[in-house]
Amino acid sequence: MGTLFPVAAVLAALVVGAVMLLLLGASPGEGFAAMIDGAFGGPRELADTVNKAVPLLLVGVGITIAFRANVINIGGEGQIVLGALTATALALALPDWPAVVLLPLGLAAGLVGGAVWGAVPGALKAYFGVNEILSTIMLNIVAVQGMNYLLRGPMIDPAEIESGSRIPQTMRLPPATDLPVLVPDTRLNLGAVIAVVAAVVVYVFLWRTTYGYRIRAVGLNPFASRYAGIDVKRSTVVALTLSGALCGLAGAILVFGSESHRMVTDGSTTGFTGSAGFNGIVAALFGGLHPIGTIPASFLFGALLVGANRLQRVTQVPSALVIALNGLVVVFVVSSAIWKRRLEQRAQLEAVQTGDQAAQTSLPGDVAPAAADPPGRDSGTDDG
Amino acid sequence: MGEFFTSAVLVSTVASGLRLSTSYLFAAVGETFGQRSGVLNLGVDGIMLLGAFGAYYTVLNGGGLWLGMVVAITVGLVMGLAMAFTSVTLQAEQGISGIGFYLFGLGLSDLLFQKLVGTPLPIRGFPELRIPFLADLPVVGEMLFSHSIVVYAAFLLVPVAAFVLNRTTLGLKIRSVGENPEAADTLGVSVAGVRYLTVMTGSALAGLGGAALATELGIFQQNLTAGQGFIAVALVYFGAWRPVGVMAGSLLYGLVASVVLQLKTLGIIPRSASELAAMLPAVLTILALVVAVQRERQPAALTKPYERGA
Amino acid sequence: MRKLIVVVAALALVAAACGGAGDEAGGGEGAAEQPFRIAVVAPSAINDLAFSQSIYDGLVAIQEEMGGPTKVELAVTDGTFVVEDAAAAIRDYAAQGYDLVIAHGSQYGTSLQEIAPDFPDVSFAWGTAGDTFGLPNVFAYEAASNQGGYVMGVMAAALSESGVVGIIGPIEVGDAKLYVDGFAAGVKAQDPTVDVTINYTGSFSDVALAAEAARAAIGAGADVLTGTAQMVVGAVGVAQEEGVLWFGTQADQTQLAPEIVVASQVYHWEVVLRDMIDLIQQGTLGGEAYVIDLANGGEEIAFNPGFDLPADVKQLGQDTIQGIIDGSIVVPAGG
Repeated sequence: MGTLFPVAAVLAALVVGAVMLLLLGASPGEGFAAMIDGAFGGPRELADTVNKAVPLLLVGVGITIAFRANVINIGGEGQIVLGALTATALALALPDWPAVVLLPLGLAAGLVGGAVWGAVPGALKAYFGVNEILSTIMLNIVAVQGMNYLLRGPMIDPAEIESGSRIPQTMRLPPATDLPVLVPDTRLNLGAVIAVVAAVVVYVFLWRTTYGYRIRAVGLNPFASRYAGIDVKRSTVVALTLSGALCGLAGAILVFGSESHRMVTDGSTTGFTGSAGFNGIVAALFGGLHPIGTIPASFLFGALLVGANRLQRVTQVPSALVIALNGLVVVFVVSSAIWKRRLEQRAQLEAVQTGDQAAQTSLPGDVAPAAADPPGRDSGTDDG
Repeated sequence: MGEFFTSAVLVSTVASGLRLSTSYLFAAVGETFGQRSGVLNLGVDGIMLLGAFGAYYTVLNGGGLWLGMVVAITVGLVMGLAMAFTSVTLQAEQGISGIGFYLFGLGLSDLLFQKLVGTPLPIRGFPELRIPFLADLPVVGEMLFSHSIVVYAAFLLVPVAAFVLNRTTLGLKIRSVGENPEAADTLGVSVAGVRYLTVMTGSALAGLGGAALATELGIFQQNLTAGQGFIAVALVYFGAWRPVGVMAGSLLYGLVASVVLQLKTLGIIPRSASELAAMLPAVLTILALVVAVQRERQPAALTKPYERGA
Repeated sequence: MRKLIVVVAALALVAAACGGAGDEAGGGEGAAEQPFRIAVVAPSAINDLAFSQSIYDGLVAIQEEMGGPTKVELAVTDGTFVVEDAAAAIRDYAAQGYDLVIAHGSQYGTSLQEIAPDFPDVSFAWGTAGDTFGLPNVFAYEAASNQGGYVMGVMAAALSESGVVGIIGPIEVGDAKLYVDGFAAGVKAQDPTVDVTINYTGSFSDVALAAEAARAAIGAGADVLTGTAQMVVGAVGVAQEEGVLWFGTQADQTQLAPEIVVASQVYHWEVVLRDMIDLIQQGTLGGEAYVIDLANGGEEIAFNPGFDLPADVKQLGQDTIQGIIDGSIVVPAGG
């Protein structure tokens, strides 16, 4: 029941979108039909939706770890770029290695690149008291300039210099790094499987290991955790590092699964990431800040983005509308969470009142009530 | 390098840094109010864009610069009301709703621009206002006292904000709501009321920051702010929630950017290192904070919605 | 997973509810004659007074020339700076059977290289670039922006009294670099003693930074400026305010500052679009790489009629154009 609220919120945002379409002289009916067709209309469309969802899922799962540890990671954009750069550099350095080795190694390189870019704000926060919002915003700026520098200079395709066209892009990466296509005639590739596996692994890590438990404990109550002997600073660094690592993996998959099989820049981070570093945060929330919940949430959010692009093509409204609509959906979804919380609260109260043990214990599996609250959410009781 | 240390170059570099700081100083001081009361607004950039467009469109259609500023403030207030409604009343996760407001502002300002204006047409901004006497002083006159009124306004805002936050009852209420909303509530302070006020004030200032940018540049364009709103949010953390600290951060960021531009123009930074140099404002902002001795704790209730009796 | 099913069902309901409307909208166009259908994907807005506007203006000119919207249908997806989204749009337009799909962004090229072979019956065009990848259904088009840059650089050197000329660029890549290098070469060719300051700000979008870069150049003594890419609108404003001269490129920038814009290099892509469409209609879907330049009329130096350009400088500019056209002046291509 509670899961219906985000859905209702999306629909409400789309109603506003319909009004905007009408104002722009386009038919909302035609637009939304195109949207659904563009996202779900056939195997190719579904594959595009999944491909769009993959970075959202990886970023979202990473965000979940950070949120659980009470840190906000808005450095996803930069971490994706760093992961892509390290993965690309590795692939270019080892052109003759076989796929069985090079592909996993390349993905691992992406993981490491993102991890480093996450560890820096983690360490800055833990040991120098530099707020992670400040450092991640600044590191995003550093990352985009670094990408432009590398793709224009040291990593540029030598053919671009020879021909004088100087497009800031690398050589085509060795085919060994191409993510295998899973369904013929579509662009669905192994990245989708990797992302889902990563989500499951993170779930197991957070809920089935001591370390994961510690991270969640720190997020819930840093003071009590410190008292209980948990190294809070270290947990913060670990959480941001892991969060960055998953963003970096997303970057590697974006490159290895791209149409052009190389890294290209238009001079901005968004040109490469498609704002996945931001939208992944939303997917995570949509998914209840739970790695498994983020899987369908990312798929839906990917569908929304892919569908909106088709809507633009069919109705010929300016593409700026798609960005505005994306923002509206985010605002509406995040605002709808209150009703979900209220409902949960009521269910708990009722359970307490009736002494219904089953109702009480059935909740955590689905939404993990206490921990499902975003970090710092002051419920007034557990903050002591 | 000697070329750089001539008085003419230094003067124009500092003046340039002040101008670059202006728009995000408005936004950052505004954001300080919100954060002091416990609300993080990450949507500043989108609000700036909408404010910039509002002012630009007003001026373009003959409404005049002052009306343009009023429109930008109004746009900011409306966006602030929406932000406050989601983050205070609906208790939405602030880091995320802000991203939504950012994307909404980014898209809507571009959409309105394309539909209502189309091609970039220039407008005239506020003229240079030379402060009598002060502007005639050697060196500092050109550096500090020969700017447009929006530059002075941004810097004058700093002591005003500091006064309001530190010396008035309202300021006390804002700070107490940000530190301990339960206690403030018990003492009869309306937590929601204060937060609505600060978020809307902050958004109005963000709108004004956007208007400052559009009128100073005399133009509007898709994504005119190019991420300045995010820098503004970061600077609030840099300044440890104190307007003077926020100003220091704004100046640092703006001055480093202008020094880099100057050194590139003079050929001291080679073209091959353009991008590396462009990293410097961001890198130095972080480093400055790392080496800074004094570090303040953030408002205890920052990003935490408050619900009575919860 | 249940959430997903619910949403899909909800969306399907909406689709069913509005499906009828969509069909009706499509049904009205049952025209007897098939128009020539062109789709263009561009990275910035089509009214950016720069890169994306140049192709759109060219397409509109062609549409007019061929008999209006009933003869030529235009579909536009602009503001697509996300490369993978552009690739998806290109694929989608191709799948919908457009006659010509234009990928107007050099960063889209290597994606197009993968897409084009999947749609052998669709013609693609890629710009600005010089490579058709040896594919039979890909055209390439580019501008010799160094030529116009050179001409204006020559005039800039002649107009500069301070002996300093300033250039503002985004990132040192592609068409921007070509133009900047051509302009600088023109300045030096006219007067080797004139200093050229070149400032790549590191961003295609930061208007404020470009404006301050212009001020820095003026501070360094420049009295003539130029710049390329969409963020230079801020720099043009500064030039106007400070009363220094400006040379524009990619579109006619006179309207930005009627008093100080001397001339702009304007692209007329219709020159090559016309040829592409002819070839497509004859059954040749690609293989040609076009360059617009001063000689073929694809590039034009649009003088600002409102600017009082000394006759000798204008003559110098026109002589330089002539020299480039007849080959007596060879503009370096940079590198």
